[in-house]
Amino acid sequence: MSPKKHHIVPFFKALPRNIFSGFVVSLIALPLGLGLAMASEAPPISGIITAVIGGVLVSILGGSHVTITGPGNGLVGVLLIAITALGLEGTYAAIICSGGLLMLLGFLRMGKLADFFPSSAIQGMLAAIGLIILGKQFHIMLGNKIVRDNSIQYLIEIPNSIKGVFHYQNTGLIYAAIFGVISLCIMVFYNRIRNKYLQLIPAPMWIVLLSIGFSYYYELVAQQPNPIASEYMISGIPALNTIIAELPIPNFGGINTLTFWSSVIALTLIASIESLLSIKAVDKLDPEKRRSNINRDLKALGLATVGSGFLGGLNVVTVIARSSVNVNNGGSNRSSNFAHAIFLVIFIALFSTQLTRIPLPALMAILVYTGYKLASPTVVRKMFVIGKEQVLIFLATLLTTLFVDLISGIIVGVLITFAIHILINKSAALFLRNIFKPNVLMYHEHETAATSNYYVSVKHFSTFLNFYKLKQQLDAVPESADVVVDFSKCEFVDHTVMENLHNYQELFTKKGGHFEVVGLDMHDTDSEHPFALRRILPIPNVLSKNLTRRQHALEELATDYKLTYRPEKNKNVHTLTHFFYFRTKQIQYIYHEFKDESSLINLFDIVYSEGEFIAKENVRSTMITMNLPAGIPSFTIDKEGFLEKFYAIAGLKDINIEGHSDFSKRFYLLGEDEEAIRKFFCNELIHFLESNPYYHIESNGDQLLIFFKERLATIKEIKALMDYGKRLQQVILHIDTPLVVNELT
Amino acid sequence: MYEAARLSLYFNAKLVLIHVGDKTDEKYQKFEDILAPFAKEGLEHEFIFTPGKPVEVILRATNILKIDLLIVGALQRENVLNYYVGSIARKITRKAQCSVLLLIKPSVDRVACNHIVVNGLEDPKTEQSIKTAFYVGHQLGASKMTIVEEIRQQEVHVNVDDDISLRKAEIAKEKLRRREDSRVQKIVNEIPQEIKDKIIMKTQPIFGKRGYSIGHYAEVVRADLLIMNAPSKTRFWDRLFPHDIEHILTELPTDVLIIQ
Repeated sequence: MSPKKHHIVPFFKALPRNIFSGFVVSLIALPLGLGLAMASEAPPISGIITAVIGGVLVSILGGSHVTITGPGNGLVGVLLIAITALGLEGTYAAIICSGGLLMLLGFLRMGKLADFFPSSAIQGMLAAIGLIILGKQFHIMLGNKIVRDNSIQYLIEIPNSIKGVFHYQNTGLIYAAIFGVISLCIMVFYNRIRNKYLQLIPAPMWIVLLSIGFSYYYELVAQQPNPIASEYMISGIPALNTIIAELPIPNFGGINTLTFWSSVIALTLIASIESLLSIKAVDKLDPEKRRSNINRDLKALGLATVGSGFLGGLNVVTVIARSSVNVNNGGSNRSSNFAHAIFLVIFIALFSTQLTRIPLPALMAILVYTGYKLASPTVVRKMFVIGKEQVLIFLATLLTTLFVDLISGIIVGVLITFAIHILINKSAALFLRNIFKPNVLMYHEHETAATSNYYVSVKHFSTFLNFYKLKQQLDAVPESADVVVDFSKCEFVDHTVMENLHNYQELFTKKGGHFEVVGLDMHDTDSEHPFALRRILPIPNVLSKNLTRRQHALEELATDYKLTYRPEKNKNVHTLTHFFYFRTKQIQYIYHEFKDESSLINLFDIVYSEGEFIAKENVRSTMITMNLPAGIPSFTIDKEGFLEKFYAIAGLKDINIEGHSDFSKRFYLLGEDEEAIRKFFCNELIHFLESNPYYHIESNGDQLLIFFKERLATIKEIKALMDYGKRLQQVILHIDTPLVVNELT
Repeated sequence: MYEAARLSLYFNAKLVLIHVGDKTDEKYQKFEDILAPFAKEGLEHEFIFTPGKPVEVILRATNILKIDLLIVGALQRENVLNYYVGSIARKITRKAQCSVLLLIKPSVDRVACNHIVVNGLEDPKTEQSIKTAFYVGHQLGASKMTIVEEIRQQEVHVNVDDDISLRKAEIAKEKLRRREDSRVQKIVNEIPQEIKDKIIMKTQPIFGKRGYSIGHYAEVVRADLLIMNAPSKTRFWDRLFPHDIEHILTELPTDVLIIQ
């Protein structure tokens, strides 16, 4: 056996898909790169340079699988300060040094660095960064360039800018503001409209395309100069050869100053935190559930940052939003990151003059939207649900970051968290006495051959201070194993640990393992640790006593069809995760469940999310699952459309059924065991599918999943769906019996 | 004292009671009263009253009288001051030349000793410890004995980064597990059958910090007695950066017997 061959064949098979996905990502990376660079007051092209260097180097040397690297939004705030303090050339030097530090972190295996920060403090810091970006770019979006001393003043000015829009005398400015607002609307509503053709091009690229088209319209059709004021157009996108000819020379003159090194440290800190968080989040989305080599990724990111600094780029970090897009478009290995870099080079080489037709407000609208996503009110609301003390930590970090700087912000966050922990426990001794002691025991229980599981026991306390010890042990367990984490000897468990454990839980469930946390019931009864208790299941009580109109209608429907109806949220959804459709999606919960008495058919509303972190989008839909008594092959049926044809080109094969060319043309059938599927799709079933309205049908072997649109169904649609499901079940059951008989005889 | 007297009976040993302080009739009478029921069952005993510093006196007495086992009552957990200065029980443990039994919950009535946890470190003293453990277990009528092999994380030599290194680490661990098991098994095989008869023996490899994991394990499985090798040498430095046995001494998980 040769392992090499083993790796190369699937790689080439997946390559077209990855190149396609890299292409889609590059469509986002282009405007984002330009915008992020401009927001940090660096030349716009430096953002693209960052993405190209990062994409090439990290895809070759990195240790993660589906991440995309490039300029990060977290760094905007730090770079802004660095560039004002050190000048552009000095900042390049600082970027190179921070790249060196990042590599050092990688070699010292400090990938666990991000675990030392309480999650609420990190949330607060990210929200502050979001506000910094939002505050500064909002004015430019509305065509009102202003210069203020710090980010707070920018935020305070926002109402004035909005008022100012209505008093513009200059039409150029009005057009600029209109463009900004339209772009913002595109960003906000893009995800609400789930149209295949629209979704083919990512929202930022729509903005770019629209603005370039607009400018050409004025030039070619209307024969007029572009109505947007010229100072609100992107300037200085050099051609490819100019970039190479005019490499900036980093200025290491300030290397002995404190400001230089504080910038270096801030850059390194934020770059590593953003990258590590993103890698962790993207790992959850990886359809193949691989584990990233974090330290190797850090080394690669560091090297890429050094290279990017020398070539006039910014810090290279792993970025979550682009990575999520990558996963959603079928990226499955690092070649998509590489492809995204190559496409960016092609764009710059071919279209660098066209890019100057993009108005600034349009780009800034993209940034305002990302900033808003980082600091959105839902983040604060989530904090409230978790606990008031988390809000305190969050706000303290946020405000310190806004008023002082990032490093003080995170330090304050850590200190406040620690202080709160001491207050809650009314004792500092618990922490001081045990902080350096080992507190985690893990062993493999071999009691019986059938149930061999890992047992982890934690003593004293478990907070962000010593979570790395627990993490070290948990990381050494294969995700397909069974793990029991026992906190009964642990006096205090904080939010950071609970959140991380929850992530582990999801990871284990996805990879077929089992992860259980026990021993927290004791904390439940003990009033001294309400913190730990509340952390276990933060289920917001949304269910009020008065039902909505839809709920009333659903109830009626249930009695009509003699079904049992349960409006409550149900988080027990692990059977659904086996469906192909949910491989890159996180299911939140299902609600409004209808159950057949025989419990074969189950209809429910579902909430799931695509993407992670700031790129997270919640989707609500209505679906049916149906248990089938006999095993059937797993497959997916979708209507044959534009997107699917695209995917077909990109590597996945549509299974055609002989003698039913019409069916094959209209439906897109996908599955692994082709032969079994061909056998399964007999005439009756095909006729049924052809003669009925279209639904998305999926089988995971013993269950069917049926739905039709990625939104909640109306009552009428629910009835239709129910009816369809029942009839389909009849058809399948009919054909199932003779099939089995045939096989027997 | 009840516990000590009972144990002496189990081992057919002579009980020497060392009391640090002046001898008074009152005290003597009290001790006699306590031991009276045991004396009936044939307990040999002797009282020694010496004034002076407790640690020194006890250590001197053990040396002079060539005592085999020293039984000391101890608090379950040291506080910060005691931790660095050292409580009497721990001082004795650290310096004693004989085996020491630390009791954390001595009781008047007998609590059955069912489960014994023994360390199975790769150490020349381990063989002795395991043999003694079986002897003790036999005498006390213990039903279950777990030999814990603590394996240092460093011995795995593989850092878990991704799936590939995880698999490698798993293989390396399995190898180590087998190696340790066979080593312990060898020791166990040399033990005479009649002692082993009634005891269900189990081995449990643990990957983790030496000296710490076994204590935590003993606590988790609610063992009644933990038997450890004696530490080679400890200095103040070792208490600042605790290792091996110090972890157990700072937080006694259960009764601990240290075999010299």
